Amino acid sequence: MAGAANSVKWVAEPKVGLFERMYLPAIAEGLATTVRHIFKPQVKTEGYPEQEPDLPPNYRGVHRLNRDEQGRVRCVACYMCATACPAHCIDIVAAPAPAEWKDREKYPETFVIDELRCIYCGMCEEACPVDAIELTTLYDLTGLSREQMIFDKEKLLSVWDQTTKAGTDPVRTRAGHYGPAAELPK
Amino acid sequence: MTAFDWTYTGLLILVAFAAIMGSVAYLTFAERKISAWVQDRVGPNRVGPWGLLQVAADGLKFFFKEDIIPKHVDRLFYFLAPGVGVATALLAFSIVPFGPTAPAPGPVAVTADRPVEAADAEYTSHLKEYQETRAFAIAPGLDIGILFAFAIGSLVVYGIILGGWSSNSKYSLLGSLRSSAQIISYEIPLGMSVLGVVLVVGSLNLETIQAFQRTHGWFILYQPLAFLLFMISVYAECNRLPFDLPEAEQELVGGFHTEYGSMKLGLMLMVDYIHMITTSFFMAILFFGGTHFPGLDNIEGTAGLVVKFLVLGAKVFFFLMLYMLVRWTIPRFKFDQLMGLAWQVLIPLAIVNLVCVMAVLEFKLSPWILTATSVITFFAAAVIATRDKAVAPQVA
Repeated sequence: MAGAANSVKWVAEPKVGLFERMYLPAIAEGLATTVRHIFKPQVKTEGYPEQEPDLPPNYRGVHRLNRDEQGRVRCVACYMCATACPAHCIDIVAAPAPAEWKDREKYPETFVIDELRCIYCGMCEEACPVDAIELTTLYDLTGLSREQMIFDKEKLLSVWDQTTKAGTDPVRTRAGHYGPAAELPK
Repeated sequence: MTAFDWTYTGLLILVAFAAIMGSVAYLTFAERKISAWVQDRVGPNRVGPWGLLQVAADGLKFFFKEDIIPKHVDRLFYFLAPGVGVATALLAFSIVPFGPTAPAPGPVAVTADRPVEAADAEYTSHLKEYQETRAFAIAPGLDIGILFAFAIGSLVVYGIILGGWSSNSKYSLLGSLRSSAQIISYEIPLGMSVLGVVLVVGSLNLETIQAFQRTHGWFILYQPLAFLLFMISVYAECNRLPFDLPEAEQELVGGFHTEYGSMKLGLMLMVDYIHMITTSFFMAILFFGGTHFPGLDNIEGTAGLVVKFLVLGAKVFFFLMLYMLVRWTIPRFKFDQLMGLAWQVLIPLAIVNLVCVMAVLEFKLSPWILTATSVITFFAAAVIATRDKAVAPQVA
């Protein structure tokens, strides 16, 4: 076990000289540090309710369902988000798209996300082929009951309306264009 | 001091008590704020402007919390302990002159060139001056002042021991055991460091000591080592960091007050703060001239009174703030280090200091020699400590 002996590194105890043995200079030095912090506080605390936090744009908060240019829900009910979801919090019921919607076969009749089950991993956003589902920077999600925290399609669309109007969350990806999966075969 | 007057003394007690309790309350607030600033936090800022009413919220909380009495406690002593603690801590303050006072007249010697009549006249004039000055102390002119304060002040440990023992819990018992050992050890350097001052002045009366420094200069100039020893011992007496082993939140849950709740806990915590105030007064009066400040001493009338109050208040405030700063500067001692510091460092140094004072008095030397001996003693102690360092076992 020659290697083991070499791998142990013995560190000599630092020598305590006369200056250190007097203790008082060291204590004075420490006090100076303490006093410096009192007169020059480097407080990084955010006073939350008064002061809004400064969030990065890719913060993963409440979901929204995006609308297209005509104000229709962009989702094509492909179930890819629900499949990708590790928490199984997305529940979609697909229905044939209305006849006048020429660009797709299906649309979601209901689209429900249980915000209490969701782990805010963002995988639904990654999985979506048409950029219909996105996570926003809304972080102060509260409710009075479990039922209130189950967001249906209208609620999720209203999050889109709210966040795009406020300008806090611009559309993140491929704005105005559907992804390749949405393109109907010729 | 005028003759004893019930109303005046009663009023003084009322004012002093209210002032102490108010200061204790705001000391807890200052403690929290300063802790926060030192640690780059904000601290309490929700209740009232800048959090100033936090104190009221804390007080109300203590009063309205459920008063839980654990089944396994010794009820009599469990209830007695906080009372003993607070009562003794408050009683020790009674001799502290918290404002301008006149020293009680000392004996006047009759010598060949001062016949009995002259001596008597001198004494009477002193007495008259003393009686005409209003004394801002609850028990003015107590000739055993310091002795009384230390005797009563060290009774605080009974509150801690009773509380810890009657709680019938291991944490409490460990806390109170540590406390008794610590306070008894630090009593010795505490008393001995003050003895130097007492020897020079020739009186245990705080007003006399204060008046002595008006004419002879502050004792911090002549006995810096004694002040250092006094301050260290006093930190230990108050259970303040770095000597807060009886409480030691991290290891002993709460030390001697683990089993206490609601206002009983409030009283237990108050003891330390009352003690801090009293000892800050002691440091200011014994070593920093009390109400005296060069250039501000001869103002007459009400303005002079106010200035003297402010001077003493500023000194006391400084020491109180120092208490809080030291708390966040030095980590807690281990128990062996604590005992080692008291018995191997402080007590020998106090004895050396005392011998130096006696020698200077005996041979009527300049008091400045004491300053030199203080510094020399301090450096000598550091050199000795460096020399006898135990060699750590070296493993190749």
